[in-house]
Amino acid sequence: MFLRVLSISAILCAGLCPTSSYSQTVKIGEVGSMTGSEATFGISTHQGIELAIKEQNAKGGVKGKKLELVSVDNQGKPEEAAIGTTKLITQDKVIAVLGEVASSRSLAMAPIAQKNKIPMISPSSTNPKVTTIGDYIFRVCFIDPFQGEVMAKFSLETLKIKKVAILRDVKSDYSLGLSDYFKAAFTKGGGEIVVDQTYSSGDVDFNSQLTSIRSKKPEAIFIPGYYTEVGLIAKQARKLGIKVPLLGGDGWDSTKLYEIGGKALNNGYFSNHYSKDDQSPSVQTFVKNYEAAYKATPDGLAAMGYDAALVLIAAMEKTKNLTPKEIRDAIASTKDFNAVTGKISIDDKRNASKPAVVLEVKDGKFLYKSTVSP
Amino acid sequence: MAEFFQYIINGLSQGGTYALIALGYTMVFGILQLINFAHGEVYMLGAFAGYYTSNFILSRRIDGKINALMNGAADQSTTASAIITGVCIIVVAMVICALIGFLVERLAYRPLRGAPRINLLITAVGVSLFFQYSGQLLFGSDPKAFPDLFENLEPWTIGSDDNILYIEPLKVFVFATAILLMLILRHVIFHTRLGRAMRAVSFNHDLASLMGIPTDRIIAATFMMGSALAGAAGVMVAMTYPKVEPLMGSMPGLKAFCAAVLGGIGNVTGAVLGSFILGLAEALLSGYGTPTYKDALAFAILILILLFKPSGILGVHRTEKV
Repeated sequence: MFLRVLSISAILCAGLCPTSSYSQTVKIGEVGSMTGSEATFGISTHQGIELAIKEQNAKGGVKGKKLELVSVDNQGKPEEAAIGTTKLITQDKVIAVLGEVASSRSLAMAPIAQKNKIPMISPSSTNPKVTTIGDYIFRVCFIDPFQGEVMAKFSLETLKIKKVAILRDVKSDYSLGLSDYFKAAFTKGGGEIVVDQTYSSGDVDFNSQLTSIRSKKPEAIFIPGYYTEVGLIAKQARKLGIKVPLLGGDGWDSTKLYEIGGKALNNGYFSNHYSKDDQSPSVQTFVKNYEAAYKATPDGLAAMGYDAALVLIAAMEKTKNLTPKEIRDAIASTKDFNAVTGKISIDDKRNASKPAVVLEVKDGKFLYKSTVSP
Repeated sequence: MAEFFQYIINGLSQGGTYALIALGYTMVFGILQLINFAHGEVYMLGAFAGYYTSNFILSRRIDGKINALMNGAADQSTTASAIITGVCIIVVAMVICALIGFLVERLAYRPLRGAPRINLLITAVGVSLFFQYSGQLLFGSDPKAFPDLFENLEPWTIGSDDNILYIEPLKVFVFATAILLMLILRHVIFHTRLGRAMRAVSFNHDLASLMGIPTDRIIAATFMMGSALAGAAGVMVAMTYPKVEPLMGSMPGLKAFCAAVLGGIGNVTGAVLGSFILGLAEALLSGYGTPTYKDALAFAILILILLFKPSGILGVHRTEKV
């Protein structure tokens, strides 16, 4: 009975008193696509974040307080991402939000975080628009103008091709942006875009677009989409006799890509945030710890999730009272922070500038091809 | 020119699967004047039934192959075994979907027999949502990759270099199966006692019942046949586009409905005709125009048909007595 009274009064106190000064835990929010057609993005990112938080808690947390991760699944829908962010901020009273992978969903979340003045770090949304929403919105990955340039350079210099077709997803801010930046960089470098076709995420039949692309005889096809559609596109392309290399961005980074596309993806190249084959000690320790915890090899999104959490934790350590405002300022002043995916410095546009890698898809494995620095 | 024919092939294979779904819509409409919006979900469940069956068969076949190697027996030809596996999967999915169709009719629609038609329609929407969301709970909402049975078969080619045409064996298989199923359906409707009873019920429910036709049983049979066809379509689409997920049924379901209306809802031949027109129109639009409007096309056609010829291409206009 005594215990019950005690616990009830504790709950009441927790509800009535200002939480930050009494509670021994600090809540960090996360919004991700744990289910839906980009489920592996959300799950990988979640595991990366979780690993970073576990490691920090093992070291005694931040300022003597334990970190608690509150995750929300958005099923891969922008509207659910917005609802989830509101819930995290108003109900769970998180001090910062991590997420999302897809730019369309980060763009749905950012205005809410900004309005409530809660810092938000996107692990891997690469569309430039995301951080322009406001001064509380950050990212720890490179942005699409750079990613587009990387793939344009790679096609012109390494693959030595001059004629490329684009197949873009009209429903995704990420795909549209990346296509435009690739197009600009590729034509500037002397290449030619022979045809620019579109599809909508969720489509399963791409035969007509591919037939029209085939008739223009490109030397490669740039498909900056997400892995589910890319897998289907690759398969249908090969069945229509298109044998040229397929190019893409970090949206390809998933084991599901090979499950759906299979051997059709051989001769495919995409830009990514890191390669697990990188021999630097920080990458290898991360890969080892991740494999021990989740019995899976970390993909680029897991590494980005981990880094986003690290940057946030480092910023929290620098503050006095762990208020969102202080954390925001600390994140903004991040300089040469040693993360798994490279040194992170947050610039005045709240973006991170860092190198990208190009990976080759070969029989289900992503082989390291080259690193391109900004 | 080859490009044009490639679009035609793409359109025909797409139209074939629309036709199988549209047939179910049109049959149920013909007999109950009900637009069964849960039909697209039966198609989705068919794809899942096929997904689990094929995984089961494939894991068994690997065992079989090891046995065959042990005994020194020669491996059977891959094409033949792929076709046999494909047919097995389709049959299993059809049986499961027929069962689902039976249950849906028995549990959701039969209790409403005699109720206003709007009640049935709303129930259909409810059943559709029920399947979509329990599917997400049961199967998970992440897309599953359907195993590729015809992976090792190279596409057939006609012509060379610039004028080359690719024909996938899988598409031929799907198209042939679709046509075969439609012919069987045609035979059942026009040349069997069951078919005659179905036509009688569709012509006049009460009169048929007075003539001693067990209308409830005939309606159940119609649902089962329509659902079996949708199940077959589900498996065949999953084979061609190896992505299976719980929400995959809504869009093809709606498009097949548009195709059924285009051909004249209630008319079996019309449903097939409408589906092929829609499939070809979509393929040509995304080839020569913008693929962005592909999904809008079906609904644009629906609106135009309802405005200018509500009875559809082959539909007969019946004046309603007031």
